[in-house]
Amino acid sequence: MRVGDSRNEPLWGERTPYGPGTEWPARVDMRLADGVAEEDVEHWVASASLLHSNGDAMDIAVRDGQIAGVRGRANDRVNRGRLDIKDLYAWSAISSADRLTEPLIRVDGQLQPTDWDTAMDAVVQRCRELLDSSGPGSVGFYTSGQLFAEEYYTLTTIARAGIGTAHLDGNTRLCTATAGEALKETFGSDGQPASYTDVDSADVIALFGHNVAETQPVLWMRMLDRLDGPEPPQLVVVDPRRTPVATRATVHLDPRPGTNLPLMNALLHEVIEHDWVDKDYIDAHTVGFDELCKQVASCTPKWAAEICGIAPEDISRAAEVIGSADRLLATVLQGFYQSHQATAAAVQVNNLVVLRGMLGKPGCGVLQMNGQPTAENTRECGADGDLPGFRNWENSEHIAELAKLWNVDPLQIPHYGPPTHAMQMFRYAEQGSIKFLWISATNPAVSLPDLRRIRSILGNEKLFVVAQDIYRTETTELADVVLPGATWGEKTGIFTNADRTVHLSEKAVEPPGAARSDLDIFLDFAARMQFADKDGNPLVWWHDPPTAFEAWQRCSAGRPCDYTGLSYEMLRERGVQWPCNEENPDGTERLYVSGNFSASPDECESYGRDLVTGAPVEETEYRALNPDGKAVLKAATYLPPHEEPSDEYPMHLNTGRTIYHFHTRTKTARTPELNAAAPDVWVEVNAADAEFLDIAEGDFVDVVSPRGRIRATARIAEVRRGTVFVPFHYGYWDTDHPTGPHDDEGRAANEMTITDWDPVSKQPLFKLSAARIERVEAGR
Amino acid sequence: MTRTGLEYALHRVHHGENEVVQQLTRMADRHQQEAEVHHVATDLKGWSAINIARLADAAESYDVSLSREPDRPGVIRHAVESLVSAAGDGRAPALVLLEDLRDLYLVASETSLAWEMLAQHAQARRETDLLQVTSDCHPQTLRQIRWANGMIKTLSPQALAALDT
Repeated sequence: MRVGDSRNEPLWGERTPYGPGTEWPARVDMRLADGVAEEDVEHWVASASLLHSNGDAMDIAVRDGQIAGVRGRANDRVNRGRLDIKDLYAWSAISSADRLTEPLIRVDGQLQPTDWDTAMDAVVQRCRELLDSSGPGSVGFYTSGQLFAEEYYTLTTIARAGIGTAHLDGNTRLCTATAGEALKETFGSDGQPASYTDVDSADVIALFGHNVAETQPVLWMRMLDRLDGPEPPQLVVVDPRRTPVATRATVHLDPRPGTNLPLMNALLHEVIEHDWVDKDYIDAHTVGFDELCKQVASCTPKWAAEICGIAPEDISRAAEVIGSADRLLATVLQGFYQSHQATAAAVQVNNLVVLRGMLGKPGCGVLQMNGQPTAENTRECGADGDLPGFRNWENSEHIAELAKLWNVDPLQIPHYGPPTHAMQMFRYAEQGSIKFLWISATNPAVSLPDLRRIRSILGNEKLFVVAQDIYRTETTELADVVLPGATWGEKTGIFTNADRTVHLSEKAVEPPGAARSDLDIFLDFAARMQFADKDGNPLVWWHDPPTAFEAWQRCSAGRPCDYTGLSYEMLRERGVQWPCNEENPDGTERLYVSGNFSASPDECESYGRDLVTGAPVEETEYRALNPDGKAVLKAATYLPPHEEPSDEYPMHLNTGRTIYHFHTRTKTARTPELNAAAPDVWVEVNAADAEFLDIAEGDFVDVVSPRGRIRATARIAEVRRGTVFVPFHYGYWDTDHPTGPHDDEGRAANEMTITDWDPVSKQPLFKLSAARIERVEAGR
Repeated sequence: MTRTGLEYALHRVHHGENEVVQQLTRMADRHQQEAEVHHVATDLKGWSAINIARLADAAESYDVSLSREPDRPGVIRHAVESLVSAAGDGRAPALVLLEDLRDLYLVASETSLAWEMLAQHAQARRETDLLQVTSDCHPQTLRQIRWANGMIKTLSPQALAALDT
């Protein structure tokens, strides 16, 4: 096991074992700056983690106007006091000496320091020129999974009702688009059905492409405590790598990359064949069962085993564990979301849970996970290629509600087609029809696929790029204007984790120099653009976090993600799960308790899409299919992946994450302890492949795909034979060539990844490129 | 040569599916920079190839000989290209794509009508095996049409607005 090798530290802390149906014991993790004791802390400020999607609640320690550490909150439902290694250490990166403290503007090809008026005037002037000459379709916004709800909602209002553009999406497209889409396909609307507390009583936990040990370490602590307690749950794990989770599995399946769907179809086949289905639940609460049965009738374990390259007995065994569970909890993450037929495969996980009638009861359900800390808010606030409050762009009543809320003409809100997804926005920019792109709190020059192409798009002088960040990144270096943001601990707002728990994160310290909160930057832009409603009043009438929250609450009223019962005061005490309103004043632990889905044609967020072609289902078809708003059992047939290994590129390249880093390492590499644990890029190679290629542990190797190459250190690891794994976090800002690769020798995994996405969720396929590896020299 | 009604309908579908394959092949080749179009067009070609094989097998029972394989790519007929190149500069590819999607919609719609005729005929003659083939294959043609329609709906506002400016 690789994790923890480089540091002799127990990554998941001490065990506090517990049995099914009992409360997870508290364990408070704390880390304070050297020389600071708990009693030296002047005050504690409520917050939660912004370095993964788990939403671990904590208090920020403040001393002498500086952040002096963090302490987990024992009373919070999500983490019961625990923190992961990133949270314990990465707060120190905020006071890094290289923070952006003033705006930058490009003069004669060079970024120069400037003041806010000059920078914002340049932004506003270019935006106005383009609106006059080319219309709103020439303006696009690419945002994040790391801002607060108040900020996303403000940006959405600006983009949709102020500018009137369809081009607004988040980098959540890369991490969570399939989660949202899969929920919409099955349940008619986004919204996480289950709750983390379901780990407390599940007897089977099935993890599909979800390396929870590294992506959500505190949730893994919860599972480890169940595994070490009485009556532990059985784990079924689907992952091409022998992850820490896989080592604890009852059954570990490692399918060939790109074959998740046939595996899922075979599991469904077995569950139906053995009659492990809840027929009463299916009759009462679903449509599409007969069609699903027909589709998977021929998908035997033997058939799938051939395609997936695994033993048919293992598939049957996994199906049996799942089929005989009394309380089944299924979880899904990037192994499915960033791979071939992403939505189709993720939907089959929903189907498995629905067929077994495992919804809305303790220990049961499905968690379609998020990658980033505030991805849920990007989705619900409509900054992710959807409309706010999970509204349906094809439903004219929903558009009318938004038009009333914003007091604008319905035609001002683009709804002639689905909001533009990120990959399409970059294509429009490449073709020159998007001429203005405002990037907030993300780093596409490292995180998007096929980076050579992305750099050439962002570097094209015909595209005006605004980049809003807290450090200089590979992306800011290609921008025309750079705006310095404030971050976690320096601003106030709410955000929501992967199980719908809303936390308040309050300002503890002042941002450095002239840096401003993202909310203030967006409000300033709205004021300078003089966006007005149809009565001439300011469109964006709010002016600070509490009033922005109030605006968002109004937008959420009556929708599945209802925030109207929440307040900053309540959230200062503890995290609460939405919907929280008059009916559910303490929040809602599980959705769909009695099969009451948000799927009726008038209420649903989407009429769904064809799971193979991605073509939207028309309203009339949906009304005929699902008039009563039941759960939709949708089937899909397997198609071979688009880029398969060849003679020249004989291996599968899989990219992913390590526990020590978040996203493009802008914070975690500025944290000495985390950086020391994983300072540079590596590639994991199976021992048999390494022997064949004469590669030893620590050797320098080149990893090459049809699009680009990187140089990395080889690690011999338990990955599936014929696949290599490269972490995607590494870029160039901390090298001596901070904008991109030097002499073609890259460091970012995305130099190699293919431009291809799931036609349903539009999420790029980072886990499925063809590649080869070449030994360069022995390691030093 | 007088063809039977059945022969006519089988040929019509066979011809249509081949046209769809040709159009999808052309699109996958020509729009490699449009990742989704390139990949999905390639996937959808596979459906027509299956339909052609199933149709040929069914036709055999009626002594109608149809090729089980799609025709090889033929000559590209494209009057629109002059129109498109007249638009000049980098905007052209978006318009070429719209035209190609439109052509796909049209050939797939023709094919759908041919399946409809064949299905009606099979039903009237109580040819249950043939009816089964039509009910298995025709939905794929309808999905191809919906895909073309959906892509046109999504892409046309930006492509056409770019021409206006």
